[in-house]
Amino acid sequence: MMNAAVTFPSLMPVWPELLLAAGAMVLLMFGAFRGERATGTINVLTIILLVVAGFVLVSLPDEKLVTFGGSFVLDGFARFLKLLALTGSAVAVLMSINYADLRKQPRFEYPILILLSTVGMLMLISAGDLIALYLGLELMSLSLYVVAAINRDNVAATEAGLKYFVLGALSSGMLLYGASLVYGFTGTISFAGIAKEATTPSLGLIFGIVFLFAGFCFKISAVPFHMWTPDVYQGAPTPVTAFFASAPKVAAMAMFARVAVSAFPEIVPQWQQIVVFVSIASMALGSFAAIGQRNIKRLMAYSSIGHMGFALVGLAAGTAEGVQGVLVYMAIYLTMTLGTFAVIISMKREGGQVENISDLAGLSRTNPAMALFLAILLFSLAGIPPLAGFFAKFYVFLAAIQAGLYALAVIGVIASVVGAYYYLAIVKVMYFDEPSPGFERMPLELKLVLGVAGLFNLFFIVYPSPLVGAATAAARSLF
Amino acid sequence: MASWPVLSVTTFLPLVGVLLLLFIRDDEPSQQRNARWIALWTTIVTFAVSLVLLQRFDPGSADFQFVEKYPWLGGTINYHMGVDGISLPFVILTTALMPLCIIASWRSVEKRVKEYMIAFLMLETLMIGTFSALDLVLFYLFFEGGLIPMFLIIGVWGGPRRVYASFKFFLYTLLGSVLMLLAIMAMYWHAGTTDIPTLLRHGFPPGLQTWAWLAFFASFAVKMPMWPVHTWLPDAHVEAPTAGSVVLAAILLKMGGYGFLRFSLPMFPLASQEFAPLIFALSVVAIIYTSLVALMQEDIKKLIAYSSVAHMGFVTMGIFAFTTQGIGGGIFQMVSHGIVSGALFLCVGVVYDRMHTREIAAYGGLVNRMPFYAAAFMLFTMANVGLPGTSGFVGEFLTLIGTFKVAIPVATLATLGIILSAAYALWLYRKVIFGKLEKPSLAGIRDLDYREILLLGPLAVLTILFGVYPAPILDMSAASVANLIENYNKAITAAKVAALMVQ
Repeated sequence: MMNAAVTFPSLMPVWPELLLAAGAMVLLMFGAFRGERATGTINVLTIILLVVAGFVLVSLPDEKLVTFGGSFVLDGFARFLKLLALTGSAVAVLMSINYADLRKQPRFEYPILILLSTVGMLMLISAGDLIALYLGLELMSLSLYVVAAINRDNVAATEAGLKYFVLGALSSGMLLYGASLVYGFTGTISFAGIAKEATTPSLGLIFGIVFLFAGFCFKISAVPFHMWTPDVYQGAPTPVTAFFASAPKVAAMAMFARVAVSAFPEIVPQWQQIVVFVSIASMALGSFAAIGQRNIKRLMAYSSIGHMGFALVGLAAGTAEGVQGVLVYMAIYLTMTLGTFAVIISMKREGGQVENISDLAGLSRTNPAMALFLAILLFSLAGIPPLAGFFAKFYVFLAAIQAGLYALAVIGVIASVVGAYYYLAIVKVMYFDEPSPGFERMPLELKLVLGVAGLFNLFFIVYPSPLVGAATAAARSLF
Repeated sequence: MASWPVLSVTTFLPLVGVLLLLFIRDDEPSQQRNARWIALWTTIVTFAVSLVLLQRFDPGSADFQFVEKYPWLGGTINYHMGVDGISLPFVILTTALMPLCIIASWRSVEKRVKEYMIAFLMLETLMIGTFSALDLVLFYLFFEGGLIPMFLIIGVWGGPRRVYASFKFFLYTLLGSVLMLLAIMAMYWHAGTTDIPTLLRHGFPPGLQTWAWLAFFASFAVKMPMWPVHTWLPDAHVEAPTAGSVVLAAILLKMGGYGFLRFSLPMFPLASQEFAPLIFALSVVAIIYTSLVALMQEDIKKLIAYSSVAHMGFVTMGIFAFTTQGIGGGIFQMVSHGIVSGALFLCVGVVYDRMHTREIAAYGGLVNRMPFYAAAFMLFTMANVGLPGTSGFVGEFLTLIGTFKVAIPVATLATLGIILSAAYALWLYRKVIFGKLEKPSLAGIRDLDYREILLLGPLAVLTILFGVYPAPILDMSAASVANLIENYNKAITAAKVAALMVQ
């Protein structure tokens, strides 16, 4: 071990991240020299980069790769979620291409910020210790703060960005505090090391876990750390909201699951009660608070809070089945959310963007295809079989029942019935009400996203085993 | 074994019709006609295919037939289909009634015909699937999936309070069902499978039986519907278009009874025995109370809806008597009620299409202008009352005999209900059909046309046929019912022996 200092860590597992980071730099230079004219090109190149990164990721050897002294872990779990995050980011960029507000004042920084944020997500998903976790988290979050306020001349967007930044910084602080407590009481930062030390719960360690989890809950917008979500969702430009609702949620949920399961496997009962509480609170608030909403973006904010609650049901089980449920849930959630936002982005009349639920009135007459696909997605979000959203809920509740969390499961399914009400209310507006003026033509890329998402949710039932099988394999790699 | 998957073809054939309908573009009259014909032919062909099931079915065997099994969700959750003597009558009932539903909507549905037909065909697939699924998860998918098309049928093509009715229908049923889903999961973890034939042989521990029974009960009682969770039904019936009411009364309600027979009784025999008094009590209340409520109705559809609740009370009572007559009678009563109540709703549709009101007070003296209608309506009213010689009599009589053997007070009270049902049904008939034709609006009302005779004729024939010769249905289900009762008694005896051993 004399030459330990010169042993260079293997870079192979980090290829996708390196590719994206280097690509982001190059595109940044390109944009800086070419100016705003380059925006279109950069959009396309960003999407290509994200897709290529996905292929690189898939082509890496299919085994557990560890590098940087255990800070970076590429296992089946990470692969699965990284693919989801890359998909989410790529689709979010795709959906922003023709968005009016972003076109009026073109900013080539927008796709680049998404790229950087995606690098952060990939880091976060692969984090093997608390430092790597924090690095990834901050890279992701700082880009998100800027993206939220990208429409800097708009008061609502600026407010959203600022609010998100202040609260996000606070939550990062809590997370760091928790991490320092965990480090203090276990003497190590690596998750594997913590797992070895944290066999008996000490008070300090539990305090650490609580603060750590508070930080996680903020990032996935779970109750009681959800307050920023409706305002940011409403204030940010809609493609940005679509991005917020998709990839970062996946990454944050991945981090939550990995830390809980791989760092604290011996003290499940201690953190389980936190997750159970957060899950119940999120499901209940997501279901009830959404009922009164008139703005569809705000409604989607509460909907996403509720969905995070459902995903946490799986995590609360603390088993491989539970993590599998979370993975299936996040994958299906991603398609439902992106598809729904494709519709919200295209809610455009001559006066500009509209975002009230009542603007969808009679959509089934003015644009039957769009209404049909949105209805499929809404029923799927409500978790009605035979659509994909049902299977998402099925697997998390299956895990909860196995773990004996009966009360959580009962409250969860009842919350899902309450939640079904407001999704039905949108279907009602589209199908039962008299038509209001139609929307402008839907751009091709949004049609594509909506079509793919709708068909995926409709036909998932026919051939569910690839996704379910991949999620099972991914979940096993954590245990 | 059949050479081709008859059951799956029957189940998914309507979706082929949906696919064809998707190619129809506009809502022009010519396109609407195409949509109607496509839907009609799809349902007729489906019915024809389902007759193959009937012909190849071996009534002597209690096993599942036409079994198909393919891997699906991974692990032990498979695509597993099959029918036995308990489910086949309902499959045939479904396929037989669907063409009639399409014909019933021929004129009355004028807007968005294509979507309407798509919703009905999807509903048909989901209903057949519910009765032929042999995997709990698959069953749940079909069972719940039916909510979406029915929600749209009530909400888009329904009456003035359709929004309220459709939401109530959807949320009520969903709330009941999600609890069943949790029970299905608990059963999965206990037995390691959701395969229904395997679960039928799996003995669940008493504690789990109680909870799972209650969870299944929550779902089936709402679907059935049993008092006091029946309140969604009158609303849904009144607001739904005619064909929607027919499907609702004739088939969707039967899913509850089918669920009791398929799951609650054989899988949780101990809990079923324990809760039988509860079911008896609720059934008797349903029979008497909803009959009284029916007496007070001013809307024809609402009256028939309440009478449906009362008739379903006979079914639950018969099923939980655990006797051959009770269970066989319950199945018969469900099929008979499917035919009779379907026909009654079609009868209401006939006058509604002409007058656009369902107020009982708006009618009177129809016999003067509509003799054929009066005759058909009388036949179905009498069948609804349970007059001997109609199918309604056989079902009620068998359930009452079956119950009489085990619980005399229950059977006595239920018999009272028959008197009440005669009271409201005859009152309705007198108000609508008899008397002088005084109302000027009715002066020009036309009698049944060919389309309507084509609708009601087959149902009238079946009502009388099964009234004098009920054997086809009873024989079809006999072996399965005998097997069900035998297993039930075995389980109860085993539990008693075990209890004695402990002492």
